[in-house]
Amino acid sequence: MKTSLEHLTDRAAAEGLLDVAYATVDSPFGSLLVATTPRGLVKISFPRFYDTDETLEELATKISPRVLEAPAQLDDVRRQLDRYFEGRLHEFDLRLAWRLTEGFRKRAQQAIARIPYGKTRSYTEIARSAGNERAVRAAGTACGANPIPIVVPCHRVLRSGGALGGYGGGLPMKEGLLRMEGVGIR
Amino acid sequence: MTTLPPFQVLIDEHAADVMAVLRGAVGRGDAEDCFQETFLAALRAYPRLEDDRNLRGWLLTIAHRKAIDQHRSNGRRPLPVAEPEELAGATAEPELDDGIWTLVGALPPKQRAAVALRYACDLPHAEIAAALGCSPEAARRSLHEGIKRLRKEMA
Repeated sequence: MKTSLEHLTDRAAAEGLLDVAYATVDSPFGSLLVATTPRGLVKISFPRFYDTDETLEELATKISPRVLEAPAQLDDVRRQLDRYFEGRLHEFDLRLAWRLTEGFRKRAQQAIARIPYGKTRSYTEIARSAGNERAVRAAGTACGANPIPIVVPCHRVLRSGGALGGYGGGLPMKEGLLRMEGVGIR
Repeated sequence: MTTLPPFQVLIDEHAADVMAVLRGAVGRGDAEDCFQETFLAALRAYPRLEDDRNLRGWLLTIAHRKAIDQHRSNGRRPLPVAEPEELAGATAEPELDDGIWTLVGALPPKQRAAVALRYACDLPHAEIAAALGCSPEAARRSLHEGIKRLRKEMA
């Protein structure tokens, strides 16, 4: 039996009114806020570190104020994330909507999106892939500003010497994800 | 650039009020349909909304309109009007920015319905009378009394 609000979001989606649908997804590293547009996944954030209200306001301001909690719209994303965290999925099959990023950052994040499971790259390599080898610091900023962490695997970007660097979900999560993918951490 | 809050905030904060008002206006049986129509209509119009100072009043205005539509499609049955206690939750916390609609919500049921139908739904006296199941004179009287009371409270 569907609730009144589930009916509402189903009908909104059918009418093309669900510009941004979001849901909370459990993970071994705490809950995740995930958001999608009709054109693809647009945002993953860590409610432990980033205020959910602020994240939703950012989506409302930058994409559309038609932001609704609609878990059914994120079933596929949730399923793939679950299997990834179980170690059974190595490559996400999801459309991504690069709506919250632009310019060099976007190019850097798109380069990060191409790093294969279980592999790592340095910030310098990401800077080079984004078109400016010397913009190492900006590549680091692009990692920190990654709107779709996990799926765009910025946890696979390390310092040149192999040190962890930073992570928006906290360094224990970065380390945990890399270990799960079979990457040795020094 | 828009400053409208995420639509979910409107649902979280006002869905219960909208439902309470609709139950009062069309009865439990039809309230759910009207609730869906109200929020879908609001969602359609939302990005173009220019004045976001009274989102609750805006939603309740749409709800009233949907209640009228429901009433018309039901063949002009008299509009059941909620008892005050049934609506208590809807108007329990008058807020400054709710302005006039908070005062309207606090009116006695017949006056409240008459004022809402006249000014939120733009209905003429004869149709207000049909909606309330009373004579046009009685509708005019309720409207008059309601407005008099609002003037006094705003003075």
